Amino acid sequence: MTTARAAGILLAKELRLEFRARELLNATIVFALVVVVLFSFSFDPTSAESRRLGPGLLWIAFLFAGSLMLHPSFGREQANQTLDALRMAPISPFALLLGKMLANFLFLSAAEVILVPVFAVLYNVSLAGVVGRLAIVLAMGTAGLCITGTVFSAIAAHARMRELLLPLLLLPILAPLLIAAVEATASLFAERPVIDTTWLAILAGFDIVFLTASWLLSDFLLEE
Amino acid sequence: MARRVPITLVVAALMFVAGYAALFIAPDERTMHEIQRIFYFHLGSWTAMFTALSVAFVANIGWLLTRKPRWDWLGVSSVEVGVVSCTSGLITGVLWGKPAWGIWWTWDARLTTCFILWLLYISYLILRGLLDEPQRRATLSAVFGIFAFLDAPLVYASNRLWRGQHPSPVIFGGPDSALDPRMGKVLVVCMIAMLGVMLIVLVDRYRLERMRHELDELRVEAESRSASAGPALTSATKS
Repeated sequence: MTTARAAGILLAKELRLEFRARELLNATIVFALVVVVLFSFSFDPTSAESRRLGPGLLWIAFLFAGSLMLHPSFGREQANQTLDALRMAPISPFALLLGKMLANFLFLSAAEVILVPVFAVLYNVSLAGVVGRLAIVLAMGTAGLCITGTVFSAIAAHARMRELLLPLLLLPILAPLLIAAVEATASLFAERPVIDTTWLAILAGFDIVFLTASWLLSDFLLEE
Repeated sequence: MARRVPITLVVAALMFVAGYAALFIAPDERTMHEIQRIFYFHLGSWTAMFTALSVAFVANIGWLLTRKPRWDWLGVSSVEVGVVSCTSGLITGVLWGKPAWGIWWTWDARLTTCFILWLLYISYLILRGLLDEPQRRATLSAVFGIFAFLDAPLVYASNRLWRGQHPSPVIFGGPDSALDPRMGKVLVVCMIAMLGVMLIVLVDRYRLERMRHELDELRVEAESRSASAGPALTSATKS
């Protein structure tokens, strides 16, 4: 079976699980909303300030929500040793990883689709005219978050205190992604929105470097 | 083992010479004067850190490709030594930053990169502490170590574009950098001395890791022997 086909089947399995339980997406969205609301209490920004602070807040909320949401990706395979069953399947380990990355990407993107308009209303940011460009920035940032996050979820699943460990491993490595995504989003929220290709290049670099690394290291990551 | 004492003495003497040279031989700096003398140890710490973390990166790959335990011992030893060097670099930098820039800390590319590296490699050590099974600990921490090392250039590039306050390199900085040749010589002595200290600690840490490994193996062997000797003996040794 080709890697793409195997990854597609695993993606369908992850989506089916989520549609039946509907636990991950709801919790993620509400958690991100809580971060946005708490931020407003702790800084009480004026509308000019929220234009400046908004992109950072938005990405911090996504990163925190993502680092919590990604844990069950491999964590819930532990309960009934289903990961062992998946490993016995005649597919490449990278297909297994890729299926989960795609599923996480779709979950987090779905959460963002709901969160970004809410954020725009709460912080008086106009999205008119930048939706398409914003989608590119969001997609590239979310991809990097899900690539590294899925790999680290597989690492953390074998450790003690894994819920705490995943954000600890994941958040520092996302520093370049956070800077690039925030700056790219900020230039879209500016008075005269522009898309900054320098930051898109950093985001693309992040995605490519870590996707390649996960492809090369997937055999070691998922070995028994 | 027999060579250990003379080597340690040589490095200690070199360190003494380096300290003396940095404080008394190196010429006075034009704008910062005495404060600038911390620079010789500041750069020495970073040299030691980058060497140690590069060794760790090679060791991580070495473990994944060969599965020889010595690569794992080298990996964890060099990360620990690298974190200590990084801490020393950060502290000397903060001490220098206050009088030279008027602030302890700034979110400049180099400072941020080293701080993020420090956090990443501390996470590596925490991760190792939370993985119980030795084989898996070695493999998963090696994968994380490779990811952490790959992140360094990205952190640097993104911070470089974001803002820059740290002075650009004067050493090897081109023809107009106008460095007093004596400064260059003192710097080389300091860098070699600090690398020497780093290597001695690294070798000792590596030996400690090997001994731990041997101890674990002996313990497993002792347990399997007492188990095969019969249930009566096992319960006696356990109580």
